[in-house]
Parts: sequence; C-alpha cells; structure tokens
Amino acid sequence: MSISFLLNGKTTTVSNVPPTHTLLDYLRETRGLTGTKEGCNEGDCGACTVMVSDGDSHRSMNACILFLPQLHGKSVRTVEGVATGDTPHPVQTAMIEKHGSQCGFCTPGFIMSMTTAHANGATDHDDQLAGNLCRCTGYAPIIRAAVAAEEVAKPDWLGKDAKALDALKTNAIHPQSSDELAAWYEANPDGTLIGGATDVGLWVTKKLAALDTVCFISQIKDMCQIETTKDGMRIGACVTITALRKATEAIHPDFAEMLRRFASTQIRNTATIGGNIANGSPIGDGPPALIALGATLTLRKGDTRREILLQDFFVDYGKQDRSAGEFVESIFIPTQTDRLKCYKLTKRFDQDISAVLGCFNFHIEDEKIVCCSIAYGGMAATPKRATHVENALLGQPWTKETITTALPAFAQDFTPMSDMRASKEYRLKAAQNMLQRYFLEDTQNAPRVLETTP
Amino acid sequence: MSVTKPTPHDAALMHVTGKARYVDDTPMPANTLHLAFGMSDVAHGTITSINLDAVKAADGVVKVLVADDLPAENDVSPSAHDEPLLATGTVHYIGQPIFCVIATSHLAARKAARLGQIKIAEKPAILTIDDALAADSKFEEPLTFLKGEPEGILAQYGTDQTVTGTFELGGQEHFYLEGQAALAQPQDNGDMVVQSSTQHPSEIQHKVAAALGKPFHAVRVEIRRMGGGFGGKESQGNALAVACAVAAQLTGRPCKMRYDRDDDMIITGKRHDFRLKYTVAFDTSGKIQALVMHQYARCGWALDLSIPVADRAMLHTDNAYNLPHARIISHRLKTNTQSATAYRGFGGPQGMVPIERVVDHIAHKLGCDPLDVRRVNFYENGQTTPYHMTIEDSVITPLVGELRKTSDYDARYAAIQKDHADNPNSILKRGIALTPVKFGISFTLTHLNQAGALVHIYSDGSVQLNHGGTEMGQGLFTKVAQVAATTLGIPLDHVKITATDTGKVPNTSATAASSGADLNGMAVKNACETLKKRIADFLAPDQDVQFANNQVSFGDTSMPFKDAVSQAYQNRISLSSTGFYATPKIKWDRMAGRGRPFFYFAYGAAVTEVVIDTLSGEYRILRTDLLHDAGKSLNPALDIGQIEGAYVQGAGWLTTEELVWDDKGSLRTHAPSTYKIPACSDRPQMFNVALFENENVEDTIYKSKAVGEPPFMLGISAWVALSHAISGCSTTGEYPAINAPATPEEVLKTITRLKGESW
Repeated sequence: MSISFLLNGKTTTVSNVPPTHTLLDYLRETRGLTGTKEGCNEGDCGACTVMVSDGDSHRSMNACILFLPQLHGKSVRTVEGVATGDTPHPVQTAMIEKHGSQCGFCTPGFIMSMTTAHANGATDHDDQLAGNLCRCTGYAPIIRAAVAAEEVAKPDWLGKDAKALDALKTNAIHPQSSDELAAWYEANPDGTLIGGATDVGLWVTKKLAALDTVCFISQIKDMCQIETTKDGMRIGACVTITALRKATEAIHPDFAEMLRRFASTQIRNTATIGGNIANGSPIGDGPPALIALGATLTLRKGDTRREILLQDFFVDYGKQDRSAGEFVESIFIPTQTDRLKCYKLTKRFDQDISAVLGCFNFHIEDEKIVCCSIAYGGMAATPKRATHVENALLGQPWTKETITTALPAFAQDFTPMSDMRASKEYRLKAAQNMLQRYFLEDTQNAPRVLETTP
Repeated sequence: MSVTKPTPHDAALMHVTGKARYVDDTPMPANTLHLAFGMSDVAHGTITSINLDAVKAADGVVKVLVADDLPAENDVSPSAHDEPLLATGTVHYIGQPIFCVIATSHLAARKAARLGQIKIAEKPAILTIDDALAADSKFEEPLTFLKGEPEGILAQYGTDQTVTGTFELGGQEHFYLEGQAALAQPQDNGDMVVQSSTQHPSEIQHKVAAALGKPFHAVRVEIRRMGGGFGGKESQGNALAVACAVAAQLTGRPCKMRYDRDDDMIITGKRHDFRLKYTVAFDTSGKIQALVMHQYARCGWALDLSIPVADRAMLHTDNAYNLPHARIISHRLKTNTQSATAYRGFGGPQGMVPIERVVDHIAHKLGCDPLDVRRVNFYENGQTTPYHMTIEDSVITPLVGELRKTSDYDARYAAIQKDHADNPNSILKRGIALTPVKFGISFTLTHLNQAGALVHIYSDGSVQLNHGGTEMGQGLFTKVAQVAATTLGIPLDHVKITATDTGKVPNTSATAASSGADLNGMAVKNACETLKKRIADFLAPDQDVQFANNQVSFGDTSMPFKDAVSQAYQNRISLSSTGFYATPKIKWDRMAGRGRPFFYFAYGAAVTEVVIDTLSGEYRILRTDLLHDAGKSLNPALDIGQIEGAYVQGAGWLTTEELVWDDKGSLRTHAPSTYKIPACSDRPQMFNVALFENENVEDTIYKSKAVGEPPFMLGISAWVALSHAISGCSTTGEYPAINAPATPEEVLKTITRLKGESW
C-alpha cells in the first residue's frame, strides 16, 4: 500500500509500512519532526494534535491514534509547519505574548488545535481546546492567546495547501463505496473495519495488537452522507461525531449539546457514529440518545440488508446482533417532535467517559404520559432501556408523584457495577435523579450547572 | 533592571514552534537500544520462578536483565536503599519492575515486556490506611510536635465549644505531560553521560555511579528542560536513568527508556493520601484554644521521601493560624502500593487542608461566617508556631483584608447565605470560601539549602550561565538569567542559559521546595559579583565602579561592558567564576520539633465561588480571586503564571482527580481516560489574579519570594466552597464533613446524607 499526502505543504509518499503505523511514530521516528509530542498515546491529552485538511475543511486530530492510510489524499500540518518563513502563525505569536506556555510540552498540541480553530474561524475556545490537557498554566493564558489571535489574518499556506491537494492525484487504496466494502467484508469476515480509529487505535497502541487484515472505511462517500426526508434523518455509519452534532443541532438540540461533550474536538473530528455503535460500548455516548429517539440500524452483508431497532442490536457485553461480514451501514432517526433530553454524568465535564448517560424522550398529552422512552449508558452491560420505569410511568399523570412512585422500578431495570468512574450506589441514585431533572426541566425553570454564570 | 520585568519564558518561541527539545526528542545514535520493564501483577508476594524465554525470543530483543544480572548496586531509592531497580525475591506492589527488556525499538521492548512468565506466591497485601493500622505497618514510630498542654485545655471545654472529625484526603498523580525519560551514552573508560528528565541531576549521577560501581566523577548528567515535574521527577526518574546506564554498560550501546503513560502512572509514586483526625477547642469568637491533630500518611512500599513529606505536613498544620496549644501526631504507614513521593507542596497541602477544615467546622458550629473565625485566628508577628518558630514576616491580615474588598467577599457571602435560607429546595446551590496560605520556604533537611553556579564572560562580552537548578516550565532559567543580566548591568539577551550539567556545577540539591530561584539566583548573583569585583579592581581599584545599562562606569569614565571585558581579558583577568550560596539563619531539630526550619514564609489567599447541582453532585467554579505574595517579584508574568496554574492544579487535586485502587491493589486510574486532571473549561469562569505588594523582610534574591508551591494551596478554597454549597442542603444543620477529592459522587453522597436519604 502506497500512501500519498501533503506534509507541511510537501507531497509525501509512504510505502511498505504496516497499515496500523501511526502518524505520530512516522513524524517523530521517520521524519524527525519531534515537535509533535506523545503525552498519553491514547488520544486523551492532545499533545500530538495535528491539523488534517481536505480542501477547505480543516480538522484537528490526534496523531497518536491516526493510522497513515487514513491520511491518503489529505493534507497534514504539524507544529513545525504553521509559521510562514520566520513569521510565526498568529496563534504562536499570541501564545508567546500571553505567556501561554510554561513547560512547553503540551504547547505544540495546543498550537495545532488553535491553528485549526483559527483556520475555521471557530471561537468556542473551551470546546476547541477540551482535548488538550495542560498541567502548568491553568489554561487562562492560553485562552487569552486564542482570543487575541481571533481577528488576525489567516496564513497564506492554507490556500496553497488546498491548491496542492487538488493537484495531488491519488489512486484509491480504500473502498470508495458501500458496495465495495460489502464485497471486501464478505470476503474477509475476520478483518477489522477502521473508521476513525479512535477505538481501534488503542488496540494497537495499548493492547499492542497486530492487525493485518484491515479495511479503512472513513472515505466511503455514500456512508458519509446525512439525508433528511420527511420521515426522518438517515445517517451514514461513517459520519463523524462532529458532523452528527451539527446535523442534530436544529432537530434535537440537547443531543447536540451532549455531543459537544462527547470526547474532544479531535476525537469527534475523527470518530464515526457507526464505530461508536458497532464497537458495542456499554456506555455510549451515541447509542442511549439514539435508542431514546427510536433509531433503527441498517445492517448489511453482501447485498443483503436488514433493519433492526438500535436497542435490539446490543445483546450482551461485547456481543451485538451482527454476523461475520455484516456491517452497520446507516442509522435512521424517525421524524418527531423534539422532546429529547440527555444527561451526561462524568467526573469532569469535558472529555470524560460517562459514568451514567441518561436519555429521556417523553410525549405528554392532556398532562398524561402517553409515550416514554428512557435509555441509559453505564448502567448495564449494554446501553439499555429502563423498561420497568417506563411501564410505571406510561399512562400516568405527568406529576412529581408519578415520578416518585416510579423510582423504585429502577432497581428492577438496573444493577449497575462499581468501578473507577462511579460506585453502583451513585450510578443508581444519579440515574433516578435524572428522571427527576427531566420532569423539573419540563415543568419548571430548572437550570443546569453549565448554564450558570458568576 | 532586568529583574521585576514580565519577560516571557526564555524558551517560549521554541515551545510554540515545536523546536524545544525534551529528552525523547534528542537525536539518537543509530545503534540506540530501547528499554521496557516487566512488572509485578501482584501487590505482595515471593517470586517463585521467572521464565523469560518468550521475552528473549521476541522480535528485536537484544538482552533481558533480572536483578542478578546487575553489575553493582541494585537500588534506585533516594534515601534508604530500600528500592531495588529490579525486584529481588519479594514484590511489594503491582507495577514493581522485575525484569528489564533491552530491544532495538521502543515498541519491540514494550511488546516483549508483556511476555514474561513470572510465578509469584501471593502474601496478604496491606493496601489501605485501615489495613496498615490493623497490621501496625509503618516506617517509623509516630512523630509528635507539641506546644503547650493541648489535652489539658481541651478538657476544660464542653461539647458546645469543641468539634471533632475524621476525613480522608486523596492522593494525586503528577500528570506531567512529558512522561519519565532517560538516555545513557557510554563513554571512554566506561564513563557514562546521561540525559534524564529529572529535577535532581546530582541524585541521578549518584544512583547511576553506584549502579555502575564507579565514582561520581565517571558520570555526567544533563537536562535542558522537562515537560513538567511537580515533584514527580525528584526521585522517580532514578529507575529509568539507572536502567539505561546499566544496559548501556552491558551492551556498549546508547540506551533509551521512556515510560508509556500507563506504565508511568502504574510504576511511579504519587502525592501521599492522608487520613486526618482532629479535636479542637475554641472560644465563643471561634478563637482556637487547643488542637490535637492525627495525620495518617499512606507512604506506599518504600521510604522514598515520605519522612520529609510527612514532616512538612506537620509543619503546615497551623497554616496561617496561631495555635496556642497543639499536639500534632504523624503516622507514616507502609502499604503495598506505589511508593508515594514528592508532589508540589511536599506534604504542606496535606497539612493545610485539615486546619482549613477545622476552622470551617468551628464556624459551622458557631453559625458564623468562616472568614470571621479565620481572621480571629490569624498569626500576629511575634507569636510562635507549634514547632516553636517565631513568626516575623506575617502579612496575612492585610493581604486577606485587601482580597476581601477586591473580591467583594462580604456581599457575596451574605447573598449566598440568604439564598440558602430562602430557597432550601433549589436544585442549584452556590458556595463561597476565602482561605489563606502561609507556606514555609527552605528544605527542612538543612544541608540541602545550598546552591552553586558557574558564570563565564567571554571576551566579546557575552555571558554563559550555568547553575544547579533545573527547568521544568516554571521559568527558573529566565529568572536566573534576569538576575545575571541585572547584576552585570547588561541586556538579558547577552546572557546564554545552558542545560543543567553535573559536570559544570557539582553536588546540587533537587530543584524542589520552591527553592530554585532563591538558591540558584543567589549563587549566580554571587558569581556575577565576583566577576564584577575582578573587573572593577582591574579598571579602577580605588573607585566605585558601576555596572548598568550595558556600561561600566567609574569617575568620569564610562565604557561599554564588552570593552571593559575585552580590556580585562587583554590584561589576563579571569572572566569565569563559580558562585555559591547557603541559606542563613535556619536550624531545625525534627525529632524535638523545635527550631527555625524556614528562612521565611510566603503568603496568599483565595476566594472561590462554586455552584453545585444537588441532583447529580456536578459543580463548576464560577469565580476565583487570588492575591498572592511573591515578595518583590523577579518576574510578575512568570509568577502570575505559577499562581494561576498552581490554583487550578490544587483545585483539581481536591475535586475531580481521584485515584482508585481495586481490592487487589491494582491502580485502576492509570491514564488520562480514567484520571481526570482539570481541562480547559474547568478553570474558573471569572479568574482574577493579582500579586500582593510586598518585599521579603529577609535578604533573598532581589527581595523576592519563592512561588512554585505556595499558590498550589490556594486551591483549597474550591473544596471549602463546595462544602459551603452542600451545607445549603442540610435540613438538620449537620456539618457536611466532605472527604477529598470532592468528586461529583462525593458531593451527592454528602447531600444524600445531609437530607437523611438512603444511599
């Protein structure tokens, strides 16, 4: 496999490397570009952040869990490649002026997240930088720098990279359509499909797994589409979390708000919703919300497709209703009045795997609960509906008493476990309280901590 | 004057362009080998067999070492020779290195290290404070500091004027962004040059020399910069440096080792967690009459620096408060967990949190503003500490007075109290707290309070500077260069800062105890003064010679600095000098608990306001106001950076940073996916930081004060504010009595208890 991409503006071709060779190792060990740092090797600290562009779309990504084949036909900028000659990038200048670096080890990653945000005109700095950890500064001077650079002109190399990418003719090395993928996977049912590699990447960097038979699917155009019809929204499995967040902002804003806190910008830019579902995490964060919305999955094997409710896909821990060679092709959210609320409970607000994720979607008519869907992540071996609680609520008046009466049913639905994220007692109590919050938010003014200002 | 200017960090441009090199970025010779440890997966037991056949057969493996293969001393301990590089017979914690793989790549070494087959006969493991107390597992007998007759006084007060309590105070992972790393390169005659990401190059030199069976002079250790240290690179880099040096000696090839993040967190020590138990008597104004405080420190399996850490906790039990009668008893418990180590504050924070808890508890009992209780207890100059040192430099009362005004504390406290009273059932509750800091500056091991420097003036007038301190991001090199520039009267950019090097300045202390600028700045100043005197004596022996504005002046004569240097050179005047400094006045007897362990104190105070969600326990810091005493600041920009960063790190320690071990003693939070340091949005939404106008009453470097550790403890205000917010849920008036870290779970659990609900 021969991979071609632009590295800091120059065409680069890499041949004869294992498909799971990471960009970080390539930069540091092969190219001597040691500005990009390894902080955690699992996509959680951001010290390895680089900017990956397709034409005018710029995304920050974690190089430590990015495999070289994912970069085929793209442009990569590293911290060494953002200055123009001796003129630093505006974010570099601002970081010096605002004293944004102390030990300097996280700084290249911050520079690349900030460079990407600057290129995109993004000013939601806390979200843009949620995936970059700094242990020295307390972040305040970094944010001052990001703000200071907002209005400064973008560097010329952005345009040059876009032109150079147009000129970079690459042959297809990955499947380009779901049909091709279906054929490949039928022939290689034991192979590994790699979307964003934000999960598979850790199999390689932490479990030190050797993956020989792999298929990179994130460039399959028909699986990267979002189609909206009057019946609902069909989301291709390769749609990134970033794209999903944008697509759901208008129709299910609380889903989008929860996705704002899904991992980090770098991960959301890379991770796919299909991967989030297919890897069968018991937590989420996509599945509980999608289950509460009544989403269905289209699974495909060869030319055969079947459609199932998402909630039925998760059979047990690590076990999904998916046969060998079968893959998640798309997800469908039926059109409905937006009643969805998502409560993501974590130790830290940003970039933290949920201890409990509770999603609620109730329809109230004549002050009675006529329809309710409650789905949790982190409460069982799979994302799971709170069936007993729902039964206790259905048809009942939409009152505090109804909620209180239904609370004991949680113990019938869930026997959560204790781990490093939360105790079983906390999980159960918090899950119950989420129902109370849903009621309060629906019936009175019940602001959230994140909406509070000094 | 270069000092007092807000000069940016000397490496800032290199940081932002990715050109600043760390150990792992150093270009390696082509034949460099890479190391990884195979570790114990049992917390306590006897090794019955080690089968490394699969390891040796793995791709890229050149050699595998076990304890018996080591050529000389098998020890990486900073103190007690109780920490073998590779386990010998017994394993003491999960993560303890047993064998070392030497391979052709980092990845090959990591892969092979997982193939070891080690059989261990398990023994009962002592994991928790309760386990250690039950087994009487300790490093030494409890140490007591005593002032007055606390028990006698306590007996005079009834339950309305005493409170007692017990709580847990968690540890903390350093989470330096750059993991531990070392590179050793063999030299002529078996000498060794080691690059190590360390705060303590001299200790690395000593441990490497002992492991190679060589005198210290055969080993040179160099470090230009670390990607963060925070105390985690004071002793924890020894194992990597020693392993690399030994492997380099045995193979004749350069050897490098860096821990993968998970290995780093599993192998290395963290901040000591503590249990605190207190009884305090107070008068009706809240003035403390007597205190008995028990401190139980979980030290882990080896001694490391636990004795001075636990001592410093005792030494900060008073914080900024006069304790007329006090008994402080410190228990140093031995457990089968990582050997707890230095971490910013070095026990000081663990000493200070409990007294803040005590005053908060007193205020709750008296039903008054905790700030009133704090104020009546603040030290006045002339009063003595529980270790019988007289306070002479306290500015805590005016400092807190100023912060109280600038933060509008009184009105905000009153508004929150009213809201708690008016809206008992509101879901969101706010809390606010003002907490002070008084932190003692000096190593408590008195002989460590020394530093050396080496300053060269080249014949073109440029200056090269070296000293014993290490740069870990705190801006030490910038500050020390400012000192040299100021003392020599030359521009800052004429001064070149060079990597810390045991071959240039010997016998150095760790860059620790916030002492870097104090000690090394003084040593550099002394070296510069020597050079100035030589030049002055040559140019105008009987006149007053001034060095300022890049000119050397005497009488009516003024010449550029470089011309003066050039003349001196032509006339065979030595233009290179060492400098030395030893902190005066300090004297300390730790066993007696008497003396003057500290040259001076640094002061500060913080106001934090938080909001909590009483349904989930989630919270946010809404606003923080900090006022901190850096004396006459050497560099206000760097000092404010230290203060802001330390506050966030301190608040993180007490809120979201939770270390979790399972019941086998395995650390479950060993990566950033599970261990949550503050992220960007966790900083206070409104963050006001200022330096307190002050100058050191002692003769420190340009009257500045140390700033590395003291502001860490400003973060305590966040924890106390959470307690205040939670108190708004109390239907019975019960005191919240939260533990630390106050994770969302701890907050909700406390609320549930206060509401009398089941958990």
